[in-house]
Amino acid sequence: MINSLYVHIPFCIKKCLYCDFNSYSNMWSYEDKYIDALLKEADKIEEKSFNTIFVGGGTPTTLSLYNLERLLKKLSKYSPKEFTFEGNPGTIDIEKLKLLKYYGVNRLSIGLQAWQNNLLKSLGRIHDLDSFLKTYNEAIKVGFDNINIDLMFAIPDQSMDDWVCTLKNVVKLNPQHLSCYSLIIEEGTPFFKLYNENKLKLVDEDTDREMYYFTKDYLSKNGFKQYEISNFAKHNKECKHNITYWMDEEYIGIGAGAHSYSKGYRYNNYPNVPEYIDATQKGNAIQNKVKVTVKDELEEFMFMGLRMTDGILKKRFKDRFKKDIYDAYGSELCELKKLGLLIEDNNYIKLSNYGVDVSNKVFEYFIK
Amino acid sequence: MAGERQKKIRNFCIIAHIDHGKSTLADRLIEKTGALTQREMESQVLDSMELERERGITIKSKPIRLVYTDDNNEEYIFNLIDTPGHVDFNYEVSRSIAACEGALLIVDATQGIQAQTLANCYLALDHNLEIIPVINKIDLPSAQPDEVKKEIEDVIGLDAEDAPLISAKVGIGIDDVLKAIVEKVPSPEGDEEAPLKALVFDSYYDSYKGVTCFVRIKDGKVHEGMHIKFMATDKDYEVTEVGVFTPGFFKTDELKAGDVGYITGSIKNVRDARVGDTITESDRPTKKPLPGYRPAVSMVYCGIYPADGAKYNELKDALEKLQINDAALKFEPETSTALGFGFRCGFLGLLHLEVIQERLEREYNLDLITTAPSVIYKIMKTNGEVIEVTNPSNMPSPSEIEYMEEPIVNASIICPSEFVGAVMDLCQNKRGIFKNMEYIETTRVMLHYEMPLNEIIYDFFDALKSRTKGYASLDYELCGYKKSELVKLDILINSEIVDALSMIVPSERAYARGRAMAEKLKELIPRQLFEIPIQASIGSKIIARETVKALRKDVLAKCYGGDISRKKKLLEKQKEGKKKMRQIGSVEIPQEAFMEVLKVES
Repeated sequence: MINSLYVHIPFCIKKCLYCDFNSYSNMWSYEDKYIDALLKEADKIEEKSFNTIFVGGGTPTTLSLYNLERLLKKLSKYSPKEFTFEGNPGTIDIEKLKLLKYYGVNRLSIGLQAWQNNLLKSLGRIHDLDSFLKTYNEAIKVGFDNINIDLMFAIPDQSMDDWVCTLKNVVKLNPQHLSCYSLIIEEGTPFFKLYNENKLKLVDEDTDREMYYFTKDYLSKNGFKQYEISNFAKHNKECKHNITYWMDEEYIGIGAGAHSYSKGYRYNNYPNVPEYIDATQKGNAIQNKVKVTVKDELEEFMFMGLRMTDGILKKRFKDRFKKDIYDAYGSELCELKKLGLLIEDNNYIKLSNYGVDVSNKVFEYFIK
Repeated sequence: MAGERQKKIRNFCIIAHIDHGKSTLADRLIEKTGALTQREMESQVLDSMELERERGITIKSKPIRLVYTDDNNEEYIFNLIDTPGHVDFNYEVSRSIAACEGALLIVDATQGIQAQTLANCYLALDHNLEIIPVINKIDLPSAQPDEVKKEIEDVIGLDAEDAPLISAKVGIGIDDVLKAIVEKVPSPEGDEEAPLKALVFDSYYDSYKGVTCFVRIKDGKVHEGMHIKFMATDKDYEVTEVGVFTPGFFKTDELKAGDVGYITGSIKNVRDARVGDTITESDRPTKKPLPGYRPAVSMVYCGIYPADGAKYNELKDALEKLQINDAALKFEPETSTALGFGFRCGFLGLLHLEVIQERLEREYNLDLITTAPSVIYKIMKTNGEVIEVTNPSNMPSPSEIEYMEEPIVNASIICPSEFVGAVMDLCQNKRGIFKNMEYIETTRVMLHYEMPLNEIIYDFFDALKSRTKGYASLDYELCGYKKSELVKLDILINSEIVDALSMIVPSERAYARGRAMAEKLKELIPRQLFEIPIQASIGSKIIARETVKALRKDVLAKCYGGDISRKKKLLEKQKEGKKKMRQIGSVEIPQEAFMEVLKVES
């Protein structure tokens, strides 16, 4: 029984300079055909309902009203309890919001990234602060009461004050959920090129961590509970969909480049839009399909699970793998605990504060 | 006696500075000639070549046999034996020279004589080779053939009046070179009826045929089935095949006096067939072996260790195989606390070291760690004992040392006069003692310095090139030992001495080098989960300290839309990178750090 569905919309007005997601700003002519294909792919799904649906991108709110409605109509049939739609300021209006609301979307995720217009500009965002505020207020007006705001710290030229200001102002808006990611320079992005040409002044690691620790502290004082390395939520407002990934549970993804984990296999669709459309029309959008071995599953369970602030529930490990977590990773766990990177109590094993800072190094221990 | 046959053979090598056009000229000579005689053409050339291809043998392209037909339709056999151009390989040059009667001296018409050309040229003159000066690159606008001719006459004392003026690149004057070879290079004068006397000037190993000896037949003849003896090792073998280089291995019935070719004999033990040895007949040995040539002297030593300890035996096999083609390579087992089991290897120079290292990595697929190169130091101990040290770890404690001596070389450097100041400055920094300076022509000088060899083996050549915009050339030869104030410099990582990083340095330079190494290591060692002190010390005295701070942040980006495989690939790549690290205590050191840290300027 698979509980979660991810739907990918690979269109953006303009690609942000740091973005390496599967999205395109020059594929508009395919929009109708893309939704045709998406609906066709959805027809093949065996599940009758999903607990969570997450429509991400790209920028899903760039779709025309016509295409939005076709998509929503289809997805609403799965009667999801948590139905998230991602959107960016500058692509959403009242009409679209009403449409989303009408078809049962009950969670919005809006990309803001930074409160300062100069930083928004340097990131290559298409919107400014006012346009975000307009969107946010309209969403409230239409009746959305579960909104996430995406934020980013360690942006080139961002000062500690900038970040404090961003957080304080965003908290005042009283959203239910915040995602706060430290900027990562991904290969193949314009930022990567600038970085290699020494034209990008990155925030130093100490400041980066100072920003992160301030975030944890400030948000917890303001009613947010951290439940994952980069995610904070008001009581009961955690994103159930993302927890599926971190729990290493199965899910289905549809759309160009979407990933699925189903029946013991991980697979992904063709990322290229025309290729995806073509493949789907021919009946199979899958580009790669790999069986998840027990070894894979153990590794993924560990490095995804440790992202959660509570950590890994030892009993969950035992129930799933029919052996004690120490039988699988005894020496690694002991060493990591000795290094002060992991903390263990009766029920959970989790990252220490420093363990979070160097989580990449910790996860490496579980790859064999 | 020598016979008509030998009169049609010319054995020669090419002496040239790097980039003066040796390989281009060789290519032109090959184009202008044939690989086979008319008679051989009729036999099954292609088949034999095909076979080689099937076996997938990589043939060393060293000697090439060319068939030249002159204007009178006379066929001559040319054996062109390759020579390396770098100063480290004087020894190899000398073995090529020993197999020839003549040499083409190629001089770049725009650059004139270079230091190593000169050294190799003298080597050839010492062996009574007929030297034919050839002036190359005359097509370039900056060519000054007359000046270069004069330089050859003044500096080397060769008559350059008739030197062919050529451009190997565009193909001017190639016929003149071919004619000069016929006219000037003496033909061999061996006694075909005498007992076999053949010089092994190179060899090649493959697991299928065993050792293939590249030989120059001085006297007698050799054919399949004959019983031969290696005179130095006193080992007997039966010949399984003889042939010539076309440039592949081309089987022939026999090789006779004057010929250059190869001999195989199911020689599986590479040590039995040493390069430089003389081959004779088992039943009718020649009385005296050939003089051979200047023996190879290892001047630079370093430790070579397999990155993966389990590959020790593979490394040993590889070194043995390389040694057959390269008698100058020496090795013996040694142990390092930091690096485990490996070998102390001796080389002709730093380039030789790098070439061997690269061949081990490329041809034998080995991952290596090399330690700081060292020269041979002589240590007079207080108890009167004299020891030689090539590994800093074997240096006795200072209280046991009366004094130390280090090897000194005579270095000659040729450069345009405008760089004299810069070169002198550099030599002075490297503890060089100025001997004299002479003008080769109005704009070029030759500087003579006496210098410690250990100053040359690190970065001297690179520094020389960079200070002279690449115009300087260097030659050096060992001239003896000299008393010197030397100390052992140790590096401690996380408070442990890393023996692989210890080195012997002049005491006046120890502080600067210690500091530079500590700073460099700080850059080379990635931040880890704890703070790592790096120290340089002389004895128990710490002279420099740096700290690699603990890793501050390493967080994976968000896992978006469930794309877990990508994150996993990142982790796997990271893990793979970890394998390229050497664990010293609890610290991981990138393998290349051991070599990189030596490239510090101080």
